[in-house]
Amino acid sequence: MRQNQKQRTASLRELFVAWFKIGLFTFGGGYAMLPLIEREVIDNKGWTDKEEILSIYALAQSVPGVIAVNTSIILGNRLGGVKGAVVAAAGVISPSLIVIMTIASYFDSIMNSVYVLQAFSGIRSAVVGLVAAAAVRIALASLKDKSAFVIAIAAFVLSAFTDVHAIAIILGGALAGLLAYYLGAKRRVED
Amino acid sequence: MFMAFLQLFSGFFKIGLFTVGGGYAMLPLMQQEIARYGWVSAAEFVDIIAIAEMTPGAIAVNTATFAGFRTAGILGAIVATTALALPSLLIIVPLSNFWETHQEHPVLKAIFNGIRPAVAGLIGAAAMYIGQTALQYDLLLSQKDAFPIDFRSLIIAAVVFLAVRKRNVDPIKAILVSALVGLIVFGF
Repeated sequence: MRQNQKQRTASLRELFVAWFKIGLFTFGGGYAMLPLIEREVIDNKGWTDKEEILSIYALAQSVPGVIAVNTSIILGNRLGGVKGAVVAAAGVISPSLIVIMTIASYFDSIMNSVYVLQAFSGIRSAVVGLVAAAAVRIALASLKDKSAFVIAIAAFVLSAFTDVHAIAIILGGALAGLLAYYLGAKRRVED
Repeated sequence: MFMAFLQLFSGFFKIGLFTVGGGYAMLPLMQQEIARYGWVSAAEFVDIIAIAEMTPGAIAVNTATFAGFRTAGILGAIVATTALALPSLLIIVPLSNFWETHQEHPVLKAIFNGIRPAVAGLIGAAAMYIGQTALQYDLLLSQKDAFPIDFRSLIIAAVVFLAVRKRNVDPIKAILVSALVGLIVFGF
């Protein structure tokens, strides 16, 4: 059912533009791109949903490479096969190429401009609010039962207060999911 | 010149292939490769990271673009960035095809039922970390003796949070407006 509600195709142009936008307005990389992805890929395009984006994110984070690029490849591949994957990745990378090459050419004058630094201070503050809003929205969407709540709290504590690697935490979540499944199945058999 | 492109390609392909977790996890290997080939100086590398952090785009992609551009111009930037993304493409396409077709398998479903809340927890921790680094002190503007929390940043963050939560404001608009607000309030 849920599968059918998602749009399963997109033109290559649409893919490129959507990921170009995400690449252009993501400051800080990694989770900071989540608010933009949510808006573009979930709200505007309906290519995935709030729940599934977490699975995609886990996948993107557990394999080698840049998380933003990996995420674009997974969704690009879904909507347009290998071609879609290449186009989406090119879209999310292109703004970096353009912006960084411009900056590299005018490095000193840009870094010495107090106006640029002030504007970026404003942007960084905004990113804090954006990521916090995304975190709340995702927590509300994904924490549906007690075991999910426990896993989320454990992951938060481990990630925030210890050096445990994100991949280990994701693997731990996978194990916990399996455990809950087999315990649940056993209980169902006993009933 | 051809050697320079070859080195850029193999160096960044290796970085893309052997680092898991993206962003800052990629920097140590990047630093190693950059030192080995002498693409940019150590001091420049620090500048590059600062720029990669404050400009749009993924940090690792930005760093690759910068190093490639400094070494061999526009083509160098394209070669380095493409090489960085290529391993992802080769690995993820088959993997995500498998995931898409078997998504409804009960065991795979159970695994992802556990993974999703774990990622939600990771995002919460990341939000806290981003908040700490951005609000506690301003990396570029503030002096050493600045107050531990910058109230201007805190207010901008709070307003953006509410605007997005309550009014569903477009994040892109929030970023653009905040850049303007930053120009004004951090000017004093």
